[in-house]
Amino acid sequence: MGDHSQQRILMGNEAIGRGLIEEGCTLAAAYPGTPASEILSSVSAFAKETGTALHAEWSINEKVACETALANSMAGRRSAVAMKQVGLNVAADPFTRAVYLGVKGGFILIAADDPGPHSSQTEQDSRLFAHFAKAPVFDPSSPREARQMVAEAFALSEKYEIPVVLRPTTRVCHARQNVSCRMPSARPQKAAFEKDPGRWVATPQFLTELHRLLNDKLDRIAREEAFAPILIPGAAGTRTCIVASGVAYAHTSELLDALGPEGRVDLYHVRLAHPLHRPFVEELRRRYEKVLVLEETDAVIEMQLGACGLKGRASGDVPRQGELTPDVIEQILRKFLDLPPARAALAAKRGTRPSLCAGCGHRAAFWAIRETFPKGIFPSDIGCYTLGMNFGAVDTCHCMGACIGQGAGFYHAYSAGGSQFPTIVVTIGDSTFFHAGIPGLINAVSQGAHFILVILDNGTTAMTGHQPTPQLGVRADGSAGRKVFITEIVRACGVRHLRQIDPYDVAAFTTALKEADAFIRSPEGDIAVLIASHPCVVDRTARQTQSVFAMEITDGCIGCRVCIEGFECPAILFDEEKQRAQIDQDRCIGCGICVHVCPSAAIQAEGGKS
Amino acid sequence: MKQQIVVSGIGGQGVLFMTRILAESAVECKEEVLTSETHGMAMRGGTVISHVKVGPFTSPLIRMGEADIGLFLHAGNREVHQGFLKPEGIIYMNAPQAGSAETMDATAIARRHGAPVIANLVLLGFAIRRGGLFCDAATVEAVIRRISPPRQLDLNLEGFRLGLSSCRSGSEDSL
Repeated sequence: MGDHSQQRILMGNEAIGRGLIEEGCTLAAAYPGTPASEILSSVSAFAKETGTALHAEWSINEKVACETALANSMAGRRSAVAMKQVGLNVAADPFTRAVYLGVKGGFILIAADDPGPHSSQTEQDSRLFAHFAKAPVFDPSSPREARQMVAEAFALSEKYEIPVVLRPTTRVCHARQNVSCRMPSARPQKAAFEKDPGRWVATPQFLTELHRLLNDKLDRIAREEAFAPILIPGAAGTRTCIVASGVAYAHTSELLDALGPEGRVDLYHVRLAHPLHRPFVEELRRRYEKVLVLEETDAVIEMQLGACGLKGRASGDVPRQGELTPDVIEQILRKFLDLPPARAALAAKRGTRPSLCAGCGHRAAFWAIRETFPKGIFPSDIGCYTLGMNFGAVDTCHCMGACIGQGAGFYHAYSAGGSQFPTIVVTIGDSTFFHAGIPGLINAVSQGAHFILVILDNGTTAMTGHQPTPQLGVRADGSAGRKVFITEIVRACGVRHLRQIDPYDVAAFTTALKEADAFIRSPEGDIAVLIASHPCVVDRTARQTQSVFAMEITDGCIGCRVCIEGFECPAILFDEEKQRAQIDQDRCIGCGICVHVCPSAAIQAEGGKS
Repeated sequence: MKQQIVVSGIGGQGVLFMTRILAESAVECKEEVLTSETHGMAMRGGTVISHVKVGPFTSPLIRMGEADIGLFLHAGNREVHQGFLKPEGIIYMNAPQAGSAETMDATAIARRHGAPVIANLVLLGFAIRRGGLFCDAATVEAVIRRISPPRQLDLNLEGFRLGLSSCRSGSEDSL
């Protein structure tokens, strides 16, 4: 790995991380979320590899990440913040104002969208968000281009003192491609914050002028030749064209080639999706009779083109939801070009749904919760533990931290008029609790809600690839940080009933749930918090600290399927021929929890050595 | 050279590692390469697929009916992902029973060596031996040496060699 000018296979997120290091970023902050998670870890890895000094952090949430990076930019230094698309909702407040106030050191906000969606709670288009916030937004079509756009975005940001959005999608973030890498250019950037209260404090009296300046910047950016869409010409004199951006451009370019002579129409590659190059809009109207716009996920370019007669989402020629896969685009192209439709693909069977890992501590906690409160209401949240829905232990999942507010809301709904309320057991992961759970907990305590909050503490942000939480005391670069303990936070939120238990001890955890229920229903009771602590079993070193049992299912199995449907451990399979459960020894990690699950006591554990 | 490959499995079987090996092997062969991977929730035991496109492509995704080769680590995925294959495309399948595809019990072979997790490398070795892939055994072995974590290297190489030297249907008669 010594020669850095060589081609390397990089994932889109790694290419972005590499670009940030090569272009002299001095601070990068992020909160993990698919499909953006690998950006910050690559920044740390490439900084180490190239001996680059920068501050890289896993922030507690996207709002804090954005604010931290903005201040570094105000001090004149190149900065970046990375998140998934819904993270931009969390960072909306600092971001929208930052566009008015502008920046000093180049500032890039990377918001990774997830058309489909593959691993998200919405399909929102961050380019539309950038349009609303009046920020320029780049729309890369490949890892290589995403890396290149990092350089362009920093330069644009500094030229106009404006925050710039880089919006990759899942198919760019999680694509791999050979990308040429070089060593970072030396770029001394000493912190130099210049006080300017009319700008950095900007009370309402300053804002109309700042807004005018912003509009003026956008007008000038819209006339920058560098961001004119690139024409890939078709047949001479064609009056038909396709305007495409992002990975939809990559698919379209390949499909037009595959169509041969029929595909020889003009193709425009839009790289800066907002503000759209203004002379291009005029040229398009002048030159073409038929225009098709292909972009993900909403009609951002189409809206700016504003011309009637366009084929796109408004005309119903492009689906208004879902991913524009090559197969979807092929159908659109064939219709647009008056070609016969492609042969219909065979209907595919649905795949296997994901499930909590064999031995996951969350499964043990969920089992005890559902068995103890069969009529309970179970608000939950975002992370691996959302998979508790597979076996009835999760009733809601909304957005980061929402479950605590929902727990309080369900309590107020049921207790209105003094009626008996069901036991509400809220489950939230440790990282999600840090991210957005704390204000909800303070509010629930101060508003007198009664529910049980179980914080599923596996010591990591497991779903997105094991980023550290503040409780771990490890920073993004691996150095030690001060530990912030969940127990201390919970007490400081005003909670008086707090227990910390390993859910692997099913009996003790069940007892704690019953005591918590008694507390919330007592005259002095309000919110009971249980911290269910068991390390994530994906972490092999953590696993070495736990006992391993040899699991077996005896002839006592009556094939009732409780362990399959009610517990859903991927290491327990059902043998349809013999009509009984069996252990998949390849996947079983010997946690022994399923012994508590079998109503016929047919699951047996032997041994228990560490 | 143009070759489109789908790698199909369930989360935890090592689909991503196989994808990386194929991508790095393409670079070793001086070919352009684009891949697309499944990350996030599906990695927790759900169905996952990678697309690998070797040659001058611009899109990271393979259209239905366009893949030349399928490497299937999980037999249950046949009905989910076989639509990606061309009519003349070849599927190398990890399954206990021989079927219409080029089938071998990679998991059983890996398990007999005490490491079911290397079934992915066994299947890759098998596919290389059958000769359908764009690269040869020496190239892949060099890549495995370069990108394996040090403590996993010997096991990975062993898995790959087991696949290379085994014949169809999972028997190890030829060993």
